[in-house]
Amino acid sequence: MTSCTDSKDLKTLIVIGNGMVGHHCVEQLVAAGATRRYRIEVFGEESRRAYDRVHLSEYFAGRDAESLALSSAAFYDQPNLHLHLGEPVLEVNRGRREVVTPKGRFSYDQLVLATGSYPFVPEIEGATGEARLVYRTLDDLDQIREAARAARRGVVVGGGLLGLEAANGLKSLGLEAHVVEFAPRLMPVQLDELGGQALKAQIGALGVQVHLSRATRSVTPGMDYRYRMNFDGGEFLETDLILFSAGIRPQDALARQCGLETGPRGGVVIDEHCRTRDPHIYAIGECAALNGSVFGLVAPGYQMARKVAGELLGEPGVPFLGADMSTRLKLLGVDVGSIGDAQGVTPGACSYRFVDEANAIYRRLVISADGRKVLGAVLVGDNSYYDTLLQYAQNGIAPPADPASLILPKTGGAPALGVEALPETATICSCHNVSKATLCAAIDAGCTDLAELRATTRAGTGCGGCAGLLKQVFDHELAARGVAVDKSLCEHFPYTRQELYALVRVEGIQTFDELLKRHGHGDLGCDVCKPAIGSILASCWNQPIQEPWLVPLQDTNDTFMANMQKNGTYSVVPRIAGGEITPDGLIAIGHIARKYQLYTKITGGQRIDLFGAQLHELPAIWAELIEAGFETGQAYGKSTRTVKSCVGSTWCRYGVQDSVRMALEIENRYKGLRAPHKLKFAVSGCTRECAEAQSKDVGVIATDKGWNLYVCGNGGMRPRHAELFATDLDDATLLRYIDRFLMFYIRTADRLQRTAVWRESLEGGLEYLKEVIIHDSLGLAGELEAQMQLVVDQYECEWANTLNDPEKLRRFRTFVNTTDTDPDIRFVEERGQRRPARADEVCQAELAGESR
Amino acid sequence: MSEVQSMNSPRWQAVCTRQDLVANSGVVALVEGRQIAIFYLPELERHPLYAIANHDPKSGANVIGRGLVGRVRGQLIVAAPLYKQHFRLEDGRCLENPEQRLDVWPARFSGDRVEIGLPG
Ligand code: SRM
Ligand SMILES: Cc1cc2nc3c(=O)[nH]c(=O)nc-3n(C[C@H](O)[C@H](O)[C@H](O)COP(=O)(O)OP(=O)(O)OC[C@H]3O[C@@H](n4cnc5c(N)ncnc54)[C@H](O)[C@@H]3O)c2cc1C
Ligand code: SF4
Ligand code: FES
Repeated sequence: MTSCTDSKDLKTLIVIGNGMVGHHCVEQLVAAGATRRYRIEVFGEESRRAYDRVHLSEYFAGRDAESLALSSAAFYDQPNLHLHLGEPVLEVNRGRREVVTPKGRFSYDQLVLATGSYPFVPEIEGATGEARLVYRTLDDLDQIREAARAARRGVVVGGGLLGLEAANGLKSLGLEAHVVEFAPRLMPVQLDELGGQALKAQIGALGVQVHLSRATRSVTPGMDYRYRMNFDGGEFLETDLILFSAGIRPQDALARQCGLETGPRGGVVIDEHCRTRDPHIYAIGECAALNGSVFGLVAPGYQMARKVAGELLGEPGVPFLGADMSTRLKLLGVDVGSIGDAQGVTPGACSYRFVDEANAIYRRLVISADGRKVLGAVLVGDNSYYDTLLQYAQNGIAPPADPASLILPKTGGAPALGVEALPETATICSCHNVSKATLCAAIDAGCTDLAELRATTRAGTGCGGCAGLLKQVFDHELAARGVAVDKSLCEHFPYTRQELYALVRVEGIQTFDELLKRHGHGDLGCDVCKPAIGSILASCWNQPIQEPWLVPLQDTNDTFMANMQKNGTYSVVPRIAGGEITPDGLIAIGHIARKYQLYTKITGGQRIDLFGAQLHELPAIWAELIEAGFETGQAYGKSTRTVKSCVGSTWCRYGVQDSVRMALEIENRYKGLRAPHKLKFAVSGCTRECAEAQSKDVGVIATDKGWNLYVCGNGGMRPRHAELFATDLDDATLLRYIDRFLMFYIRTADRLQRTAVWRESLEGGLEYLKEVIIHDSLGLAGELEAQMQLVVDQYECEWANTLNDPEKLRRFRTFVNTTDTDPDIRFVEERGQRRPARADEVCQAELAGESR
Repeated sequence: MSEVQSMNSPRWQAVCTRQDLVANSGVVALVEGRQIAIFYLPELERHPLYAIANHDPKSGANVIGRGLVGRVRGQLIVAAPLYKQHFRLEDGRCLENPEQRLDVWPARFSGDRVEIGLPG
């Protein structure tokens, strides 16, 4: 240890709680170089590093725990920073400045309490085990998932924000979901009477049953379901599991134990420096109470974290005086927003309301007595008003003469507040305290990409609530600087890929030349537009790629239907659908590989790659492969690659469906399909998931009732887990959804955009995709299926087609004027096979040749 | 070395026929030990043939003849197939790296024959 002597002089800072806020504080401290002054010890009760609780529910949609983590594992692995996971602090001894854990005692100079809150569960007789679940941690979600395995129906007690989110979680696990609320309306804290009604109507329409004004008295064994919930007044409801979401309470147990003052409704009392009554102890996040209020959102928590980091480093900054509790959410796909004084409790406040009962839309605007200030608002059913209203409220912008126009349906000329009207000081992202000025500075420094702007300023990377506004500011500022965001494909086509796709489809265009003549510029095109349009033409009409009018559009791999390797030779990959191959097939490949001396390797996609073929050898090799019953594997195309499968129910003791059969069906259906980027699939025979379907563009996992479909996963450079899209599908529905999904992707994605990236850029996200694919919200389903069927019917092995046409074969010559081979292609032997010679080996060989 | 500009009277050598070419794409001929890529752009009636060295300096492989041809900012180019750098068909200069230049040769049709002009 180099810093041994130094570390003796260091003070010790202990942070209790490794949740969102505790972690943010440590992150701020480390970024500001605090580890040169403090040895930081962090204690976390949970077994995992701090993770994104706001997006906890995505865990049910297929996201894994690691991808929710707020830092890389390496973050806590640096000098003077130590994370103790699964080690709760049991006691704080303020006199000795010491904390006690099950593993020992640790003394501190400064202590930060960031213990968050815990779910409140009312005492109800009989509510234990699976009738007493909660929704706060990843472990809780694991328990819910476990309980849901054998369940048909689930009830959430509590119709607040978290309760509705939990109900959605139950729904995504395939349960019939109910919500039981004590109050006479949903989201009693954020919404008013009419808002609650509109929300109830919307949610009911989505198949979640809402029971209001019900107090649960006891839980007893049920008849048709496992439990029976008995309500006051004699009514009851049966269910297999009960999840409590009846509010949260600040986790202030340590403060009480060590005699620190707590607030009337709980929470460690802090001042505007986030300091408790003990000058050595701070409290931040949901466990802290300022003037009797606790703050159950990340944005104020992060503000407190930044405040304390500043205090500890002697840069106190602005005091923490409380926080705005405005929120916007999408609950079960329904927009809900609540801003400032949503209930209109400010004396003299007057309200404007807009109610649309037909569509269950509700908006309320609360204006100050003098009509000069927007105090608050409630939105149900349409959050597009949120950003504007929030900016009026937060920045004290005077409302228009007729304030009602702010919430009336937008009919063209409605006075929506343009982002240009926002002052430079307006906070755009409250989680990371990013102002409009900061965003402008980043844009001036050359940031012309939204993703980059998010990465450099961190705006939008907390709760995500500011995403819409952030994009508006970004677009507006770029435009103001005259930076046109040019989405043209290239200098030859002033259209996006999506637009060109539509033109090709609608006008039935079959060739590049025709498209260039009608909609492009110039005589030739280039290496950007040619392959892109080649791919569009193939996706639409699926004609053999070797046709003379198509061949010049392709990159070399598609032109020669093989993958060019570093020395100019090619690799050959026959299709081995689902990874299933007969012994005879294997032997045939072996014979061919031996005859042409091809380096042979099993690929990561469950098939066999034969490397080192020279251009003129390709037709002969393919003739033999086709003779042996193989067809092209299109390893060269932006097209369907492989469908990985596990052995499934035929052999495996756990298998619940025949995954190999389904993999074959999928691969044979979509082989030859060209797309904006390559497509990979997998099918697993049970939840053990041996085929790694959750890392594929399309993943299928067997259930005892059918198939679960996952979409938009990706390995590669930036892995992304696929998301659960639909459950328990029968064979026909599964294929129908995949048809629609793939064609919708092909229709709307950018050039070289894989499904994972496409999905991330899709406005409306997974819910929108489900609407389009499952509920056919765009009325496109039939068209997409028909387009896919055309491609399927049109399929033909490109190599077989080429071998039948001497004209097409003429291209497969190393030289047009001689049968000589390329003298610069040289091989050496290694581990019993040939491989390309390295430059130094070539020199040696030449020297040896000369001396002979 | 073949300095196109300084050549006064090239020695025209037939290398293949029109039927050996692929429209809007390339083929390769072996001419006196040199690998020459020949691109055929039938749309450019006045000047449809281009001959350029087949050796790609970046990968060290002989693959230029298998690149995509097109126009970038007005200039005729071929994109090297492995790492996608662009070379001008007119003079072989690399757009990304202008110090680099591939050899080029004049090329013409003589009836159906394709001829390359080799240095005198
Ligand atoms: C041969 C193989 C490696 C092996 O020896 O196992 C391979 C080889 C290549 N991969 Fe791969 N990938 C191979 C499986 C994979 C896998 C594993 C899988 O499919 O399960 C992955 C990660 C999964 C995924 O794609 O999500 C993979 C992720 C990539 C990527 C990153 C894609 C991404 O979206 O980030 C590239 C680059 C690209 O496509 O832009 C790539 C690109 C390539 C290219 C085409 C690079 C190139 O342009 O030369 C390699 C040449 C293949 C060839 O035949 O000449 N390869 N590659 C595997 C062929 C599988 C097959 O049977 O077709
Ligand atoms: C499902 C869900 C959705 C949400 N959605 C939103 C949203 O959309 N927008 C929003 O702003 N907020 C949302 N929130 C709230 C947000 O997650 C919290 O405000 C935030 O996590 C608070 O951070 P914290 O660090 O104070 O508490 P936590 O994140 O709860 O962290 C506290 C940590 O301290 C640990 N701990 C407690 N006691 C001890 C001890 N004695 N020793 C060691 N460790 C201890 C706990 O185990 C926990 O890991 C949501 C919360 C949930 C559960
Ligand atoms: S995924 Fe399941 S069925 Fe398939 S091999 Fe693995 S354990 Fe067997
Ligand atoms: S406000 Fe939460 S991410 Fe910006």
